[in-house]
Amino acid sequence: MKSRVISFIKRAAAVALFAPAMAMAAGAVLHLDKAPVSTDPAALQHGAKLFVNYCLNCHGASFLRYNRLQDIGLSEAAIRDNLMFTGEKTGDQMKVAMSRAEAKQWFGAAPPDLTLVARARASEFGSGADWLYTYLRQFHRDPNRPTGWNNLVFPNVGMPNVLWELQGEQVAKAGEHGSTLELVKPGKLSPEEYDKAVADLVSYIVWMGEPVAEKRKVIGMYVLAFLAGLFVLALALKKNYWKDIH
Amino acid sequence: MTTKSQALLNWVDERFPLTSSIKGHLTEYYAPKNFNFWYFFGSLALMVLVIQIVTGIFLVMHYKPDASLNAAGVPVAFASVEYIMRDVPGGWIIRYLHSTGASAFFIVVYLHMFRGLLYGSYRKPRELIWIFGTLIFLVLMAEAFMGYLLPWGQMSFWGAQVIVNLFSAIPLIGPDLSLVIRGDFVVSDATLNRFFSFHVIAVPLVLIGLVAAHIIALHEVGSNNPDGIEIKKKKDANGIPLDGIPFHPYYTVKDIVGVVAFLFFFSAVVFFAPEAGGYFLEFNNFLPADPLVTPLHIAPVWYFTPFYSVLRAVTYPLFGLDAKFWGVVAMGASVVVIAFLPWLDRSPVKSMRYKGPVFKGAVAIFVVCFVILGYLGVLPPTPGRTLVSQICSVLYFAFFLAMPWYSKLDKCKPEPERVTFK
Amino acid sequence: MSVEQKMDSGRRTLLLATSAVGGVAAVATAVPFVASLTPSERAKAAGAPVEVDVGKLAPGEMMTVEWRGKPVWVLRRTPEMLASLAKSEPALSDPASEKEQQPEYAKNEYRSIKPEFLVAVGICTHLGCSPSEKFKPGAESGMGDDWPGGFLCPCHGSRFDLAGRVYKSMPAPTNLEIPPYKYIADTTIVVGDDGKA
Repeated sequence: MKSRVISFIKRAAAVALFAPAMAMAAGAVLHLDKAPVSTDPAALQHGAKLFVNYCLNCHGASFLRYNRLQDIGLSEAAIRDNLMFTGEKTGDQMKVAMSRAEAKQWFGAAPPDLTLVARARASEFGSGADWLYTYLRQFHRDPNRPTGWNNLVFPNVGMPNVLWELQGEQVAKAGEHGSTLELVKPGKLSPEEYDKAVADLVSYIVWMGEPVAEKRKVIGMYVLAFLAGLFVLALALKKNYWKDIH
Repeated sequence: MTTKSQALLNWVDERFPLTSSIKGHLTEYYAPKNFNFWYFFGSLALMVLVIQIVTGIFLVMHYKPDASLNAAGVPVAFASVEYIMRDVPGGWIIRYLHSTGASAFFIVVYLHMFRGLLYGSYRKPRELIWIFGTLIFLVLMAEAFMGYLLPWGQMSFWGAQVIVNLFSAIPLIGPDLSLVIRGDFVVSDATLNRFFSFHVIAVPLVLIGLVAAHIIALHEVGSNNPDGIEIKKKKDANGIPLDGIPFHPYYTVKDIVGVVAFLFFFSAVVFFAPEAGGYFLEFNNFLPADPLVTPLHIAPVWYFTPFYSVLRAVTYPLFGLDAKFWGVVAMGASVVVIAFLPWLDRSPVKSMRYKGPVFKGAVAIFVVCFVILGYLGVLPPTPGRTLVSQICSVLYFAFFLAMPWYSKLDKCKPEPERVTFK
Repeated sequence: MSVEQKMDSGRRTLLLATSAVGGVAAVATAVPFVASLTPSERAKAAGAPVEVDVGKLAPGEMMTVEWRGKPVWVLRRTPEMLASLAKSEPALSDPASEKEQQPEYAKNEYRSIKPEFLVAVGICTHLGCSPSEKFKPGAESGMGDDWPGGFLCPCHGSRFDLAGRVYKSMPAPTNLEIPPYKYIADTTIVVGDDGKA
């Protein structure tokens, strides 16, 4: 009887200790590549250009106003001339050109708004940037899909590989440790150039998720420094009063 | 003081107890001089309450409780939060203060409650303070839960859906009750609007009233201290407790130190990690609510998870009622049982400093169980985890329900005559 | 005694320093809260400059465009209307438009860049009603026989001439406001932007 109780406690303790490991084992594990996210204005501007040219036709970024792009170093004139359709104002939000009804008809579902996608795609497997960076590089040809494309990170994705001209075409090869990808038809960019372009695009999408993020950290440094100073004063004041108490 | 301002003060005092209130609650409220680190969390809870009220007032100026879709196909409520984050000058600071404040409130309140447990602050004559405190905790959970619906993201929506459905487990009236709470067949615009009303008006009013009652009751009987002895038993010739010091200036200057230290850590989160790794702002809540798609893994915000684990731990039907009902009962009981602590603890001493090994061990096990339950609550259930949460839930209740016996049996050390102060 | 005094002075210095720094913290904290009360990016985008093609206006005709949610009038004045401005001058309270802060190009008898086109914010400077058109001179407008043509505010009866100048002894204190505007083509104006701000 006693030994059974002890073995039960041992088992319970083992379960308690290894609960975190089991958490990972329970669901499908995603292996994400670490995204080289940059805050460099040139990279962000390149990313913005890719976003407007390749993403904005179907996906909106409806919380972001064009003139906010001034934060990444673009002038209002440059925004108007290079990134906008005619007839829009720089104060307008990045709305999608296609109507939602049409989108539903073509893709079965309206493509999601991307303003916050980098924040929403974060998970225990990596940041939202990591997910996007891996996702945009793991499209492959799949004749069984209506679009002719599939994705290792997002199986049966509705979106075709809109960057295929740049990346070229990959095919998936089943291997011992899951599928691997092989480039069968090169695109305009070499694999290294393509990775860099995707990194810029992802950096831009991260920036778009919270344009104030960099400013926030700068203000934060001042706030913390100030509070540290106030703490020293408050502590000295407290000690001065409390020396009367014995 | 000049005669003119003295005259004005007299004029006011004849009509309103200004001077006597200041004396009674600050300059001549005698608090034990041996408060330690744990005693910061009461004033910090008050501080966070003020932060939440002020930031809340400003958020309401820009937020719209509207579940309908705007031209871009996004729910208006969700869009209005992003409007605050991007378009309103300074809006992002105010919103992050409020979202971080919600979690900070629970951190501070949990530590404040643990202080009460450590030093027996719930024991006679402070039972009412403890009961008011438990009510504050309950009301705070309601406030946080309803506030969490307002951003109208995926976690907002499905969290509310699950919790409101808990009420349907109550026999007979349950299904109708959850219908009345939602005002619709699913969580919808009607639910959003009533939760908004409760979150910004009704519940804060109750909360402020309870906080006032909590403090008035405290100042009536006087503060406990880490030694758990009554300072009022030893008074000087003027009737002032020998170990008491005026709250103002001594504890005001001390609490300011605590407030500044707290604000340092609070600001570090607000400015450098407002999502706190997905614990303060959950990742899925950056997706607008979609009544047709449930996220793969939904978990309540961290501060609810210990109780949520208790709910999930109940998997057996009993007395002809299903497990869902008993889960809800267990979860409710796990909160309500806290209120009975003053009558469960039969130990001859109040403070953990003089309690014996049995009680100390029980508290240690309780804390470990509470943390494990909280941790398991954020994870999806597996058979192994359910077993662990069942063991922890049983120990959680055993800590309270067996207390009348083990607290009496324990070997306690003698309490000192006067407080220990170095 | 002297020891106690020394102690007090140290305490006083600390109290002052802590209060001062704490006060700065309080003011800094108030900044985002006060800022949140000012117009948002959305309001600014909605109040962005408006392009108006005034070429289609017939002489004597007026159009109203919305800028920052306010009515802005564009009136194409006939030669007779322009002539009436000089006539009304003795009865005006501020004929040279000196009183109110106005763009430089409004400080002339026509109060406009091109005499032909009056551009003005159609809001009475008294309490914010929008005055109505009383362009016809004489009794036809119901404004008395010697009425040279202008605007009448329906709320409290303030009268303005065809350059938006207020008459003497009226409730309205100043002439109608002239918004910032500029010509980007011969008959195209931009309201809300005069190239300065």
